[in-house]
Amino acid sequence: MMANTSDRFILQTRNLNLWYGERKALANINIDIQPQRVTAIIGPSGCGKSTLLRCFNRMNELLPGIRIEGQVLYNGEDLYGSNVDVTEVRYRIGMVFQKPTPFPKSIFENVAFGPRIHGLTENLAERVERSLQQAALWDEVKDRLHHNALGLSGGQQQRLCIARALALEPEVLLMDEPTSALDPVAAGKVEELIVNLKKRYTIVIVTHNLQQGARVADTTAFLLGGELVEIGPTSEMYTRPRDNRTEAYITGRFG
Amino acid sequence: MEKHETTRVSKALVKGVPLDGKGNGVHHESPPLGNTKPRPAEAPVRGLLFLSALVSVMTTIGIVLVLATEAVSFFKTVSVFDFLTGTKWTPLFEPKSFGIMPLLAGTLLVALGASLVAIPIGLASAIYLSEYSSHRVRSWVKPVLEVLAGVPTVVYGYFALTFITPILRRVFPEMSIFNAASASIAMGIMILPMVSSLSEDAMRAVPRSLREAAYALGSTRYEVASRVVVPAAASGITASFILAVSRAIGETMIVAIAAGATPKLTLNPLESIQTMTAYIVQVSLGDAPYGTIEYKTIFAVGLLLFLMTLGMNILGQWVTRRYREVYR
Ligand SMILES: Nc1ncnc2c1ncn2[C@@H]1O[C@H](COP(=O)(O)OP(=O)(O)OP(=O)(O)O)[C@@H](O)[C@H]1O
Ligand SMILES: [Mg+2]
Repeated sequence: MMANTSDRFILQTRNLNLWYGERKALANINIDIQPQRVTAIIGPSGCGKSTLLRCFNRMNELLPGIRIEGQVLYNGEDLYGSNVDVTEVRYRIGMVFQKPTPFPKSIFENVAFGPRIHGLTENLAERVERSLQQAALWDEVKDRLHHNALGLSGGQQQRLCIARALALEPEVLLMDEPTSALDPVAAGKVEELIVNLKKRYTIVIVTHNLQQGARVADTTAFLLGGELVEIGPTSEMYTRPRDNRTEAYITGRFG
Repeated sequence: MEKHETTRVSKALVKGVPLDGKGNGVHHESPPLGNTKPRPAEAPVRGLLFLSALVSVMTTIGIVLVLATEAVSFFKTVSVFDFLTGTKWTPLFEPKSFGIMPLLAGTLLVALGASLVAIPIGLASAIYLSEYSSHRVRSWVKPVLEVLAGVPTVVYGYFALTFITPILRRVFPEMSIFNAASASIAMGIMILPMVSSLSEDAMRAVPRSLREAAYALGSTRYEVASRVVVPAAASGITASFILAVSRAIGETMIVAIAAGATPKLTLNPLESIQTMTAYIVQVSLGDAPYGTIEYKTIFAVGLLLFLMTLGMNILGQWVTRRYREVYR
């Protein structure tokens, strides 16, 4: 295999620009995401973290009036290419949202949702169990798989949403502030889970919580005003930031 | 008493006056209460509004009382059992027979036919409006549907008789001029806006985040609509069906014009039938002398009709309330 840069990175953006109508939200983003690592995107509110994350699974397309320029590469392939099926993109690149979004269905049916629509119905029960195990939820719900998922606590619901995403065995898991709606104990569980999941998955996580970023992320990217200020190994970023805007943010002088 | 306290506290807060722990500002700068200018008195307004509300409540009670007393007097002659189970309805001819089944069958046949038209088309257009259409398309389709809802029912009646029936008779030459099918179709079109707009409301109430979650798992638009939105809105959609069917059961004009006046225990939509409502119209317009048994039949039929639509409306509301609780 060639030692092409795109072989080493699972997701990359090339001069990515994005506008909401007239408003520019991302400016010239060039970012490389390493496989089987946790990459955190940090930055003050409104800097474009969610917007960037949603470029990676083409969720932005659901919004009217959006315009995208530049490229997003997935294993070196243009994610926005004309021959690419967007449902396939989202099958391979899963997403967990800020607020838990369980469907008003049973716990089992929530996890089975993705496999069912993609025709992975062989050994469905095993797949559901495995996903719930990976999301560290199995023991809590195994006796009530057919109860409504809305009866779970917030933290359990969020782990259910993680299980639901994992049921498709995606290569990448995108997480947009997955713990910000949870209490500290539940948030801790989800964090622990993220660290365990990186053995098998590539994780990109948006977080407002710098301590959390420091605990879970191998690489950190700092975004400000729609621009990527810097990206690097988390420990370096937190101890010796290259850019003084990063330093200002990390030391709490703004944002 | 409580109001008094909060006023003090909020005034103190606004002025930045420190509180002494009992909710009293330490400095008493605020003017004493009860000093404000008099405003239009509350009591007469309240009384007037209450009277207005009372009018509709009293009317309802009055209607029920009249229905019930006349019906009771009817049931002194004809037993409730014979009324409900009899299969012959000939109160206007000899030998008189008072079995409601033919009228009930006619009513249900037309309501069923109307549902077969309105439910699939109404649901499909609701899905289209809520999940597929652009804002621009919706902005002209919705008013058109509202116009459909505003067409007087007598127009639907003539539409059935002069337009739908001739077309159907080309396909089914043996069909009666007055028949259940034409009335069903016209009534289906009449209740369609109700199904589509109530169902659409229910679907729009499904949070956007659920749709996003489904898209993020690689769902197509159709899968999002059919597997997430429609099931999540199921109770609201069901309620819209129930309310529309209840409307169809109580509808009068279309069936009186287009469905015929021959009470018949049949499920064949090509035949002429009579519904409960159409029967009441027939007797009311005719000259059944006051106090006779045929005069009293309309109260018995009316009471049953009232109970049926009441039951369906209660069911519809109960289902609606249940679905509201889903997202709490
Ligand atoms: N749907 C939208 N339409 C128009 N503008 C939007 C939309 N979504 C986001 N924006 C704007 O784009 C910018 C980036 O938003 P984004 O949600 O990506 O920020 P964020 O970094 O995730 O913020 P937060 O930390 O508050 O979640 C913001 O200025 C926001 O106002
Ligand atoms: Mg965000």
